[in-house]
Amino acid sequence: MGRTITEKILAAHAGLAEVHPGELIKAKVDIALGNDVTAPLAIDEFEKAGAQKVFDPNKIVLIPDHFTPNKDIKSAQLCLKMRRFAKAQGLRHYYEVGRMGIEHAFLPEQGLVLPGDLIIGADSHTCTYGALGAFATGIGSTDLAAAMITGEVWLKVPESIKFIFWGKLRPWVSGKDLILYTIGKIGVDGALYQAMEFVGEVMDQLDMDSRFTMANMAIEAGAKNGIIAPDNITLAYVKSRAQRNFKLYQSDKEASYKTVYEFDAADIEPQVAFPSLPANTMPISQVPNISIDQVIIGSCTNGRLSDLRVAAQVLQGHKVHPDVRLIIIPATQDIYRQALIAGYIEIFLDAQAVISTPTCGPCLGGHMGVLAEGERAVATTNRNFVGRMGDSRSEVYLTNPAVAAASAIMGRIANPEEI
Amino acid sequence: MKIIEGRVWKFGDNIDTDVIIPARYLNTSDPEELAKHCMEDIDSGFSKKVRKGDLIVAGDNFGCGSSREHAPIAIKAAGIAGIIARSFARIFFRNAINIGLPIIECPEAVDKIESDTLIRIDLSSGLITDIRNGKSYRATPFPPFMQELIAAGGLMNYVMLQQRL
Repeated sequence: MGRTITEKILAAHAGLAEVHPGELIKAKVDIALGNDVTAPLAIDEFEKAGAQKVFDPNKIVLIPDHFTPNKDIKSAQLCLKMRRFAKAQGLRHYYEVGRMGIEHAFLPEQGLVLPGDLIIGADSHTCTYGALGAFATGIGSTDLAAAMITGEVWLKVPESIKFIFWGKLRPWVSGKDLILYTIGKIGVDGALYQAMEFVGEVMDQLDMDSRFTMANMAIEAGAKNGIIAPDNITLAYVKSRAQRNFKLYQSDKEASYKTVYEFDAADIEPQVAFPSLPANTMPISQVPNISIDQVIIGSCTNGRLSDLRVAAQVLQGHKVHPDVRLIIIPATQDIYRQALIAGYIEIFLDAQAVISTPTCGPCLGGHMGVLAEGERAVATTNRNFVGRMGDSRSEVYLTNPAVAAASAIMGRIANPEEI
Repeated sequence: MKIIEGRVWKFGDNIDTDVIIPARYLNTSDPEELAKHCMEDIDSGFSKKVRKGDLIVAGDNFGCGSSREHAPIAIKAAGIAGIIARSFARIFFRNAINIGLPIIECPEAVDKIESDTLIRIDLSSGLITDIRNGKSYRATPFPPFMQELIAAGGLMNYVMLQQRL
């Protein structure tokens, strides 16, 4: 019987010839990741257990990105704990503010995660790296502590669901819309415990940035991982970045799937996810007049260079609506520099946007754009739960960067075609 | 494995980690501090109303969203002794097992048990009993490896045993 790409990567890391859905395995990890919210708890557990040394100082990545640059004294303490641990353990991959990026944009950019890897991260959006043809999944702090000691993680082999995208993308439609549309169809637990595998002629043409966005939001359908088999686009991306060997896996033709969904890209407009679930989607053409107070363009979902490019295209020659604050957050230092060289930053400044250093900040209501009671935001982020971006009576509408930029200009949720 | 008995707090579907413990409180990992804000965005004062040993009964996809372990820690420190749900989001599921917060999936019990009811859970057999009317429901027991984890008192104790730390 054939095997899926997810099953093949898991088998290779468990030292088994093959694995089957439902099976519990212990697998070796290539990279274990933590951030300033989750790593301090893991470090506490590591120390409480009496562990002295991490299993491999080259395979642990720690990045302060959530409440950084430190938003308050408590956050500063958490970062200090992480920084001291990284130094004491001689971790090669600790990246300080000014040299870092939002973890899920930064790790692929720096070639720290590669096709065929098994990556765990104490952050739910770790599933982003599935876009490289890797198995990547979010875990908790205790899991991270255990992995830092043993180099292993326990996993249940997931069943796989195949999503086939046919046809050609409509104007202003990106990976964000494909994944929001998918979550809208299957629900926020539509892929619970399962692998989401994205294939089809649309995927074959899709750039890496859009692929990262799709794999990133697999968790919003409850999935264990999202995955896209590596191809020439993947190889072109990793070739100049990889500093170690990697392995390419593909699903067998006769691999079995729990469900197969087929979507025609002709049916997919830019999507808007209404409060308070990412599955609460509506095509842009059906969205009524909804006035807004703030727009966020950034995050591990949509803070990459092509996201900023689209935003710049829409914003060029326009000003942000007088009642709106537009906050733009390049996801890494390198993306920031590229956006500067390309002239996007100047367009944003001319449009009267705020440009922030890389941070997760507003996405989770941390800092850099927290909402007051009753305020509404359009955001290119990944979650619109109650209170996600601030007060429990504030609202978040999730969109792609083009819709977000158009909305910032119009002062209401708007279609980029209106600009 | 023990038997737990407590009063039920009922919640709906898709209770996410942002409402279990809002990110604005994640600048600390102190369990007592986290417990004070548990569920405050959907049930303000929850932490004050809960009595030690109470139980949560919830719908589908409990704990969806972030990987923050602060969520099960907040619930546990608030005094909640266990959770029954129709289903759990997978990272929350792992985190709860890893920190030793008992959780059980049993859709039938969730559909039938009402808020404020006193119930008993036998964690080893997965038997849930509504003390008021005597009705009982059976949950699927955990696979052997997870039972080992739970018996060891969570993942770190298990790792310490394995590594002889």
